[in-house]
Amino acid sequence: MSKKAIIYVNQFFGQLGGEDTAGVGPSIHEGLIGPAMAYNAQLKDCDVTHTIICGDNYMGSNPEDAVAQILGFLENLEFDIFIAGPAFNAGRYGVACGTICKAVKDRFGVPVITSMNQENPGMEMFRKDIIIMKGGNIASKMRKDLAAVVKVANKMLAGEQVGPAAEEGYFPTGRRHQVFIEEDATTRFMRMLHARIAGEEFVSELIVPKLDRVPIAAPVKDLKQAKVALLTTGGIVPVDNPDRIQSASATRWGKYDITGMERLESGVFKTIHAGFDPAAANADPNVIMPIDVLRAMEKEGVFGSLHQYFYSTVGTGTTEKEASRMAKEILPLLQADNVDACIMVST
Amino acid sequence: MVKEIERAGIPIVHMCNIVPVSKTVGANRIVPTISIPYPLGDPATSREDQWKLRYHRVRVALEALATDVEEQTVFPV
Repeated sequence: MSKKAIIYVNQFFGQLGGEDTAGVGPSIHEGLIGPAMAYNAQLKDCDVTHTIICGDNYMGSNPEDAVAQILGFLENLEFDIFIAGPAFNAGRYGVACGTICKAVKDRFGVPVITSMNQENPGMEMFRKDIIIMKGGNIASKMRKDLAAVVKVANKMLAGEQVGPAAEEGYFPTGRRHQVFIEEDATTRFMRMLHARIAGEEFVSELIVPKLDRVPIAAPVKDLKQAKVALLTTGGIVPVDNPDRIQSASATRWGKYDITGMERLESGVFKTIHAGFDPAAANADPNVIMPIDVLRAMEKEGVFGSLHQYFYSTVGTGTTEKEASRMAKEILPLLQADNVDACIMVST
Repeated sequence: MVKEIERAGIPIVHMCNIVPVSKTVGANRIVPTISIPYPLGDPATSREDQWKLRYHRVRVALEALATDVEEQTVFPV
């Protein structure tokens, strides 16, 4: 008898629509939708019985409820494996795939697997909990990423041992397995030491993680005297987008003067961010850039003053490297203007 | 971006919806927002309610900037 798989996809791959449907809650469908078709064709002796679809924003904003509903759908179903994605470098989708895979694994104890790009924030969040295949950055890598998931999924279904991360192509889970090798420990140690001294490559079973943590900045001493700057990755720009900031995978940023403005007016500012439905922010840009309430608090004396400029870019598909470079370009301007503290609003 | 600014010693508060992402990336002062498309004002609610919500959360963010923290902190809203 063939085994059974259930697939999780977001609203886009579930063919419900784009950002306009990102807020829809979870639903379950008998049969094959989107990537489920390819999984069904490629999984060995295994049929995909159901496709679960959930909007990325719904999962992002209501994770407990979304997970509870989906676990409810699965409660009375038989399945041998649960597969989510691939999620590429879609941040919300990656976090959703990780969240649901972990929940399904914890509740039902079945094998789970997904795929993400190394830049996807969901990767670092969940790689220790579940197997996440190393995927491409954009959806055009679907065929390759899906095949990589299938290869390991077929091993899981057959009850075979899944090999080490580097061999199988998933992100290291941080677990070590005991294996017996021919070489004795002393010889192996000396070989690694020689390689290290010679600057050659070697693989240790103990990987020292590189964590980039920043020391916590001291708080502002007196909020009432502080000059505060507002920054966003939500893509709020003047309507003509003078700096031609890209709607996704941004490499540019803008600096915009708000002297004399009590709020950001619709029709004067808008969002060019391609990662969410822009309707609400275009109707009232203050829902992303809260200039209106900051002006009120400035008058009330809650804090010293609002910096004359705000800084904006788009944070969807943007690599950490680019984000870091853009911040390093903005930083000297903030320092030159004696900005004491910053608020960053992300979408 | 938050990290590069904080690295220079400027306190910065991250207002965002998916808090675990902010924590993973390494923001140290975090204030949750209500959604991705409209972090600080649900268009399904009245203008007054949106204002109140926005005022409250931005005020929490400002106070976070003046608060000494020892570790990554999510400020309650």
